[in-house]
Amino acid sequence: MSRSQVLDLYFIEARSKLIDVAAFLDRIELAGGDDDYRMRAFRDALIALVEEGGGARRAESVLLTFSDPTREPVGRAGGKAAGAWRGEAE
Amino acid sequence: MVSRTTDDYQAMVLAGCRAVCEPAFWAGFDRGSAEGFRDYFAQLTEHEPARAAKYLLPHYSWLCINPKESENLALADEVLSIIPDFLGRPNVLGIGEIGLNRNSRNEVAIFEKHVDLAARHNQLILIHTPHLEDKRKGTLLILDVLKNDPRIDPGRVLIDHVEEHTVGMVLDAGFWGGITLYPESKCTPARAIDILERHAGGTLWMNCACDWGQSDPLAVPKTCLEMRKRGHDAKSIDRLVFQNPARFLSQSPHFSVPA
Repeated sequence: MSRSQVLDLYFIEARSKLIDVAAFLDRIELAGGDDDYRMRAFRDALIALVEEGGGARRAESVLLTFSDPTREPVGRAGGKAAGAWRGEAE
Repeated sequence: MVSRTTDDYQAMVLAGCRAVCEPAFWAGFDRGSAEGFRDYFAQLTEHEPARAAKYLLPHYSWLCINPKESENLALADEVLSIIPDFLGRPNVLGIGEIGLNRNSRNEVAIFEKHVDLAARHNQLILIHTPHLEDKRKGTLLILDVLKNDPRIDPGRVLIDHVEEHTVGMVLDAGFWGGITLYPESKCTPARAIDILERHAGGTLWMNCACDWGQSDPLAVPKTCLEMRKRGHDAKSIDRLVFQNPARFLSQSPHFSVPA
């Protein structure tokens, strides 16, 4: 597809999702309390989103930002996945 | 989930679905005994095929103890011991969906035992990869186990739920990759088509989630419609959604769908 065709098909949807993200960030800012590991990962992902790394790999970069980078199995399965790696120290 | 509703079966047939493959899954709660699994395997190999047949839909299944219940090693060992009793059932395609959930040592140990079971009984393997932050690490751990077992032919293993950050490592190692479609929170039809367009080889397919969260039994036909909007022709769509899965699944002597 041409860039124009991609825009015709997906621009409105992507615009809507982007505004949802903006509204989420506003909601976070207006809420009391501190950021946790999820919000820190989210902010890192926003940076990955706008960086021009080349090769059109933004989706992969964002997913890696949220990913557990370690290689050893954990001692015991516990709790649900949260969508962002909590980190070893936390 | 552990079964489709009759409305789902009817809608799938009306949308052109030719067969359904149901992997053994978590029941929504941890089962308390191996006998509960024996009943579940009977459901997958006797009751569900009969339900689906009422809608002219061939039903196939995969057997295992799901990774979510693999933390209990004693229970998992007991379940593993009864699986061979069911492998000869005519709708059983292999061992699955095995794999990892939270990437624990016990999950890895039971995954290795499932892989051994599949190798000893010459079964196809269907693998679940973790969702969210655990996916990349879990996929790497799974690939380590598979590559360390010389009996495993990558062409007889499908690693499911690949996303942009794991699809390359799966396909580059010679395994089949599955993209699972979700209405929310995970891979959407648009992203799935992006992945398919960038990895155009013949060892990738799409499937509909049948999860405890929101899932859509018509996700694949809806993705076909989106592929048409993006200019894919009928032949290439048929190759992705029918010919590729049929080619992989036909490695099981139990699988056949009318042409």
